[in-house]
Amino acid sequence: MATYLLRRLLIAIPSLLGISLILFTVLALAPGDPFSEMATNPNVPPEVREAIRASFGLNDPIMVRYLRWLGAMAQGDWGFSFASRINVDTLILQRVPTTLFVVGSSQILALCIALPVGIYAATRPYSVFDQIANTLAFVGFSLPTFFTGLLFILIFSVSLDWFPFVYRSDIAATGWRWYWEMFRQAIMPICVLGLFQAASYTRYVRSAVLDVIRLDYVTTARAKGLGEKTVTLRHITRNALIPVVTLVALQMPAVFGGAIVTEQIFRVPGIGSLLIDAILANDTPVIMAVTFVFACLVVIFNLIADVLYGWLDPRISFS
Amino acid sequence: MAGSTLASPSADPVLGAVTTAKVISPGRETWRRFRQHRLAMASTVILSLLILGVVIGPWLWPVPINEIDFTAQLQRPSLNHPFGTDDLGQDILARMMYGGRISLAVGLAAMVVATTVGVCIGALAGMSRRIVDPILMWVTDLFLSLPQLPLLLLIIYLFREQLKAAFGVEGGVFVLIVVVIGGLRWMPVARLVRAQFLSLREKEFVEAARASGATKMRQMVRHILPNAIGPVIVASTIEVSSAIIAESTLSFLGLGFPPDIPTWGRLLFDAKDHLDSAPHWALFPGAAIFLTVLSINFIGDGLRDALDPRRVI
Amino acid sequence: MNEQDLRRLIANVKDGALSRRSFIQKVAAVGLAAPLANQMLAFNGVAMAQNATVEYKPTKAGGGGPLKILLWQAPTLLNPHFASGTKDQIASRIFFEPLAGWDKEGNLIPQLAAEIPSKTNGGLSADGKEVIWKIKQGVKWHDGKPLTADDVVFTWEYAADPATAAYTTGAYKDITVTKVDEHTVKIVFKEATPFWADAFVGVTGQILPKHHFGEYKGAKSREAPANLKPVGTGPYKFVDFKPGDIITAERFTDYHVKNQPHFDTLEVKGGGDAVSAARAVLQTGEFDYAWNLQVEDEVLKRMETGGRGKISAVVSGDIEFIILNPTDPWTEVDGERSSVKTKHPTLSDPKVREAINLLIDRDSVQKFIYGRGGIATASFVNEPKQFKSQKLKYEFSIDKANKILDDAGYKKGADGIREKDGKKLKYVFQTSINAPRQKTQAIIKQACQRAGIDLELKSVTASVFFSSDVANPDTYTKLYVDMEMYTTTQPQPDPERFLNQFTSWEVATKENKWLGRNVSRYSDPAADEAYKAAQKELDPVKRAALLIKVNEIFCEANIILPLLSRTRVAASVNNLTHDHSGWDVDTWNLAAWYRS
Repeated sequence: MATYLLRRLLIAIPSLLGISLILFTVLALAPGDPFSEMATNPNVPPEVREAIRASFGLNDPIMVRYLRWLGAMAQGDWGFSFASRINVDTLILQRVPTTLFVVGSSQILALCIALPVGIYAATRPYSVFDQIANTLAFVGFSLPTFFTGLLFILIFSVSLDWFPFVYRSDIAATGWRWYWEMFRQAIMPICVLGLFQAASYTRYVRSAVLDVIRLDYVTTARAKGLGEKTVTLRHITRNALIPVVTLVALQMPAVFGGAIVTEQIFRVPGIGSLLIDAILANDTPVIMAVTFVFACLVVIFNLIADVLYGWLDPRISFS
Repeated sequence: MAGSTLASPSADPVLGAVTTAKVISPGRETWRRFRQHRLAMASTVILSLLILGVVIGPWLWPVPINEIDFTAQLQRPSLNHPFGTDDLGQDILARMMYGGRISLAVGLAAMVVATTVGVCIGALAGMSRRIVDPILMWVTDLFLSLPQLPLLLLIIYLFREQLKAAFGVEGGVFVLIVVVIGGLRWMPVARLVRAQFLSLREKEFVEAARASGATKMRQMVRHILPNAIGPVIVASTIEVSSAIIAESTLSFLGLGFPPDIPTWGRLLFDAKDHLDSAPHWALFPGAAIFLTVLSINFIGDGLRDALDPRRVI
Repeated sequence: MNEQDLRRLIANVKDGALSRRSFIQKVAAVGLAAPLANQMLAFNGVAMAQNATVEYKPTKAGGGGPLKILLWQAPTLLNPHFASGTKDQIASRIFFEPLAGWDKEGNLIPQLAAEIPSKTNGGLSADGKEVIWKIKQGVKWHDGKPLTADDVVFTWEYAADPATAAYTTGAYKDITVTKVDEHTVKIVFKEATPFWADAFVGVTGQILPKHHFGEYKGAKSREAPANLKPVGTGPYKFVDFKPGDIITAERFTDYHVKNQPHFDTLEVKGGGDAVSAARAVLQTGEFDYAWNLQVEDEVLKRMETGGRGKISAVVSGDIEFIILNPTDPWTEVDGERSSVKTKHPTLSDPKVREAINLLIDRDSVQKFIYGRGGIATASFVNEPKQFKSQKLKYEFSIDKANKILDDAGYKKGADGIREKDGKKLKYVFQTSINAPRQKTQAIIKQACQRAGIDLELKSVTASVFFSSDVANPDTYTKLYVDMEMYTTTQPQPDPERFLNQFTSWEVATKENKWLGRNVSRYSDPAADEAYKAAQKELDPVKRAALLIKVNEIFCEANIILPLLSRTRVAASVNNLTHDHSGWDVDTWNLAAWYRS
């Protein structure tokens, strides 16, 4: 196992280099530049824009720019943002706690809903509970988050006036009041994201459990006289977890990457909104940094998932 | 894995059927089982109705989709406008039928693309014990980490004109969107299929197949794949709704169909600012997407149960 | 009223025979707006209004509690000379101030200046080449140091240095600024400059403290700690800033205007979209003020019915307009489409252009889409009023358009689309992505359809459309389409620089990497001549006439089809008195905001 891990980690380095090169090329070729907002303003003459382009190094060949980026990156220099002219790592670090809190909580919420509901629904397929859970799940993923977010705002902020819908990172309160305010402002984005995710998770869990529930070893376990609870948890769930682990591993990088739409709606200052602002402003250093960190997380969680497969099902080998 | 599997999970339905009741072909048998699944049958009917509605609906309800009438802004459903009107006084029913063709086509086609690519890559990676797996997983990781928006802008910028020349305005955009949505969404399917394969390829029934001289291809297609199909069906049904919604995001970004083509996702998007005063505008496209997703899911469930030999219906 | 009468009146004001107020009323009676009158007086040696357009009632500074402003685009930096968008200009204006700002009527109001330069006070030279600014005494920076002429001169050096890569360079690179004494500076222009109020004025003119930025001029400009922790002279003092998210500030106790500011703390939150920003002010009252609400008026009106807040709209120089491309966008010549060497197969026919202009239902677009956000117009320049053409009129008539096309020999084919000599009236109509624009496209498309013209609508994401990316075919300056619609900004209450987009030397071509400002590619020697004359003309009335001529030449040729003169729309809660201007950023007079 240790050699396997080591080998995988060593492979990860060239593969990340390859990914970074492709990312950089895509970003460099993608249309647009950072000066669009000033475009129709006659006070900013074209020469000025051209000079700024040159001073940002945007007129150099892509390979030169990539190597410059890579060299700086190797020394821990992430570059600076064209839009705010400050260091990219500072910008990202400012956003990490909020993102982890909001998106992380929503993932946990999603799992807390999906696992019990999915398993219970699968143990009683086509029962009333199963039908209701399914229908709700379908509603959940046929409505986009821009829509459910707005619905939540209209109901809970405008009509009922329970929660604020503008997320503020600087709550001027201390002690329990701070926690209370934090809860009030985070509950809507967490629920919107969490429920959307829970909807598809539930379907996967239900399907995975259904796949194993009728296998003979489950019947054997029951025949041995094991309690229903033990059978469900020890025999069924463990074997049904492989697709779930895959999905969670797929989603984990997104906990860092944030959720663009939901963050926009509730003005959550997370990585997702940083990324979309950077993309719309063609702020390449920020986009590159965020996507590269994201890529690293994708690779790492893919590896973690592989290791977990081996633990869940010892017969899986990676010789 | 608790205990060994007494009856192999892939006990060939064909063999079983053939030995007991001689003349029933496997397709027939699946169809028979599928028909027993009442929800799946109802869903098939609903989906057919939806498709029929968007295909022949415009002939039965020949109201132009872009007839602007400022005297009829944001009207609630009435006899003149069964689904009401939007803020330019355009008939929502007519728009939905027109846009539904695109939404349904995009949803289904993108689902097929994403699922096919995902299953192929996942299966190849899951079967390989050598270099193919790391390479394919690298590709998957790469696609997962690509920032979609700049990539889309790039693709559209590189290929829109050529495709427009080759397939016409709507055709070109359609091909582009299906390829883009399908091409950027196969990764979860691939990962799921691969994970199932990693587990299944070690099972006794595969070993048995191998021992009886089945080629790798046959092991893959006949023995492992049918058992890995559960998550695939779930993933591909979710894919339909994601694709319909993704299309609206694309057109909102100016990357999809021209702004005057009212796809369902686009209608939903346009309606959102009027949600408090004209809920009907969002309700109908929302319900259409929901019904599509619901029926496709139940059809998926039905197919799954019909294909599963151990389930007696 | 002719030129002679005007001059007589102005002389009367100077002699004291006529009060300033009654002069303005007299000229207003013949359709000239107050700003024009003010500017005429300024050029002719009468001091300008010294008070801003909002009456300030609080009798002491502070005590107003918190003020919460919501910008739906989030500020990303606080150095006014790096501000790459309005959001950043708004944010930096909280901390920094220029010598003078523009109020909503287009009047120049002193901020850090003791007075506005004029001929009477010796601030403006007769040849139009020199301006002398007197700086207000007793102004302190947030760190307690006094503001002096050195800071003003330094600001010029800083912004003029190309290595600084400042967006404001345009206003500074062609002038020289010298210190006269501790509180006086002199600007020298190379040429006679009728519109002199550019450097140190409004958004481009914010003064930087030399003692914080002195070492960070040129290439090192990015490293200045004060870029992120601004020290200015503004009414609120910096507390915290998270780029792209939030700014917090507190009252500056030593602010240079008595009894100002009113609020104790200030919070500026960014992000989200315009509709929900309006909601947060008008419906839930979570915030006090939201800016630039480019939202359909219908939606805003509905939110206002809640009674928590109100909408205010002020005129600006922004104009939403359509360009009809007189060159051929579908044929490539020397590596570029829409080359000036080509002619559009049908749009080069003035009759077709005239017909299309008749097919734009401007009144409906205003009434049903923009509401208070725009005023239908046929003139490219609308504000200040003295520069608006009184001659240009618009009309919506499908019948007339049909008749013109019939007479010009365009016959409807089997598909209902007109054609002549095998050339069909089928056009691609492009704009940037923005809900009101897409609706406007739909309205125009329908009208054109009824006149046998087929439009294919295309919308491009704004960050691509407005970029200067040479490789991309979808940018607005490439004009690789038949028709295009967007808004262009007239940043100051004077259209001279704005109208350079109607000159032949600004035509966007491959040679100048499509950076030329004349996107339509149309040119007319008469327009060039009038423009050049206006650049030198010091007489405000003659100059206005010349600039109006430039405008009329393009609009009468139906190359430029103006739609709406845009207004700046903001939302505020009911008890907030604010003062925003279409000629400056929303926070230009933040010190005078108060809550009643």
